[in-house]
Amino acid sequence: MSVRGTAGDLTGPLAGLSAEAEGGEAKVSGSAWKLAVYVFLENRLAVAGLGIVVFMFLFCFVGPLVYHTDQINTDIANLTAAPSSAHLLGTDNVGYDVLGRLMIGGQTSLEIGVIAALLATTFGVLWGAIAGFVGGWVDQVMMRVVDSLLAIPTLFLLLVLAAMFVPTLPMLIFIVALVAWLVPARLIRGETLSLRTREYVDAVRVMGGSGLRIVLRHIIPNTVGTIMVNATFQVADAILTIAALSFLGLGVPPPATNWGAMLSDGVSYTYAGYWWLIYPAGLAIVITVVAFNLIGDAMRDAFEVRLQRR
Amino acid sequence: MTGFLVRRVAQSTLVVLGVTVITFVLTKLLPGGVARAILGVRASPQAIAEFNHENGLDLPAWQQYLYYLGQLLHGNLGFSYHLNQSVVELLQDHLPKTLILLTISTLLALAIAVPLGMLQAVRRNKLEDYFFTSLSFALYSMPPFWLALILIIIFAVNLNLLPPQGPQGAVSTYLDDPSQILGLVLPVMSLALVTIALFSRYMRSSMLDNLVQDYVRTARAKGVSTTGVLYRHVLRNALIPIVTLLGLSLPGIFSGALITEAIFNYPGMGLLFWNSSQTRDYPVLLGVTLVVAVATVVGNLLADVFYAVVDPRVRVTE
Repeated sequence: MSVRGTAGDLTGPLAGLSAEAEGGEAKVSGSAWKLAVYVFLENRLAVAGLGIVVFMFLFCFVGPLVYHTDQINTDIANLTAAPSSAHLLGTDNVGYDVLGRLMIGGQTSLEIGVIAALLATTFGVLWGAIAGFVGGWVDQVMMRVVDSLLAIPTLFLLLVLAAMFVPTLPMLIFIVALVAWLVPARLIRGETLSLRTREYVDAVRVMGGSGLRIVLRHIIPNTVGTIMVNATFQVADAILTIAALSFLGLGVPPPATNWGAMLSDGVSYTYAGYWWLIYPAGLAIVITVVAFNLIGDAMRDAFEVRLQRR
Repeated sequence: MTGFLVRRVAQSTLVVLGVTVITFVLTKLLPGGVARAILGVRASPQAIAEFNHENGLDLPAWQQYLYYLGQLLHGNLGFSYHLNQSVVELLQDHLPKTLILLTISTLLALAIAVPLGMLQAVRRNKLEDYFFTSLSFALYSMPPFWLALILIIIFAVNLNLLPPQGPQGAVSTYLDDPSQILGLVLPVMSLALVTIALFSRYMRSSMLDNLVQDYVRTARAKGVSTTGVLYRHVLRNALIPIVTLLGLSLPGIFSGALITEAIFNYPGMGLLFWNSSQTRDYPVLLGVTLVVAVATVVGNLLADVFYAVVDPRVRVTE
């Protein structure tokens, strides 16, 4: 690598940083929300990410209304058929149309991703805010629970849970959320620790507001930036998690499917060269996850949240 | 420093105890209980009652927990009725393979990610930076098993260069047989690629954080060359957070090993765990979970202690 040359190399990043910091804020005035939306929309990658997510939802939920395929009855005469005009992306190992399967599989992946992220975020935020606000031994106990669960690598905990409980769709969502709430709990607790000493919290207390009211009406709304950024990353992570679980054979039973399960079915045909069983589902996952990550990154900049990614 | 050490060790011990409580509670949540899981669904009520009595499972929960804890302290992680071997014996066979895989891939990832992150930071917002940032972003958003599949398709199926399966023999036989070493290449590659993506992103931002510090300006003003500042000052300081990152990414690395071993049929701890989840071999599942969790806690503790040794500010602010 080349680090020759004069001071220019080192002042380059320096100059860039300060210019950016000034440029971002000076242009707009108004509420913090307006500013956040402005910074977000300024970020072309974020808008692209948003576009991709909207497209993916349309593809999965509106697509089947336009592109009709039979995703319930198998078609034994047409197993692993190559892409043709009848089946734009070919058929899979039991004769389902792959493009159509990509749509209904995507429905499951997106549903699980979004619902699990919402559940995990809600629970994690409440847990973290309560622990941080109450403090003392309650905080100690609550956070040691989080630490202990975090010490177990995600996939191991998930496999134990999935082996114990029959994986139905609601159960899968619950299991993914059960592992995912820990990070928001930690983040929100950290923020609560600094927020609870603010003057407006004292003011509410003087006016006779209860602890619950302070947490729900004052502390949590003030952490909304962190919450939204983390929730976005949670969706991306949940989609990857559910794909990994399904790939390991612990997904929803057929004829239901999701992108990970489609890949799991396609693996047996690695040597046969049936690329349509491996690339489309994988690409769908990557594109969706990249999109959510782009949105999350941009929101982090927009809300100026200092949040470590994992 | 002593105070810091004592506090961190105490905290880690608490977390490990917490993990044992979790694995204990999981055995209580087993559908039908431990006896059902081991004796099978058709076991008679008498057999179950007998099993529960023999293993102390009819005692109050807290006594059972203390008994479980005592067994753990004596190095008894349970017995796999499915494989007719104790969990400790199983681990002695499988753990070394996972350790080899993890060590090689993590060292390789560090060796590539550190210079890469440096390059990206120095050439910030230039073509190289954009290229590698997008690349690591894509790698990072990719399901690891899909990446492994693509590597298999390219290197094993199309080019026919490398075996699609990990080495099957014991670790000590790896060096005797070159095909076993070749078998390690793809699993190491697929694990390392994901880790490189993560590490280089951190290395880049860690370098950028340090490049704007006052000490850089001071060193420049004193006449230290650009290269000198970069290597002797910025790099050394930027590397410190990477140690913490190593500790923090241990759970992710273990999860990655599970997936990689499952795909490449590499008989390490991850494959053992996966097979046990298919056969619902709970003693193995819970025993391995405990081992992995303890390894994570110890890894984090070591990272923290190292951090406190190289950066005294941590000890003061803690």
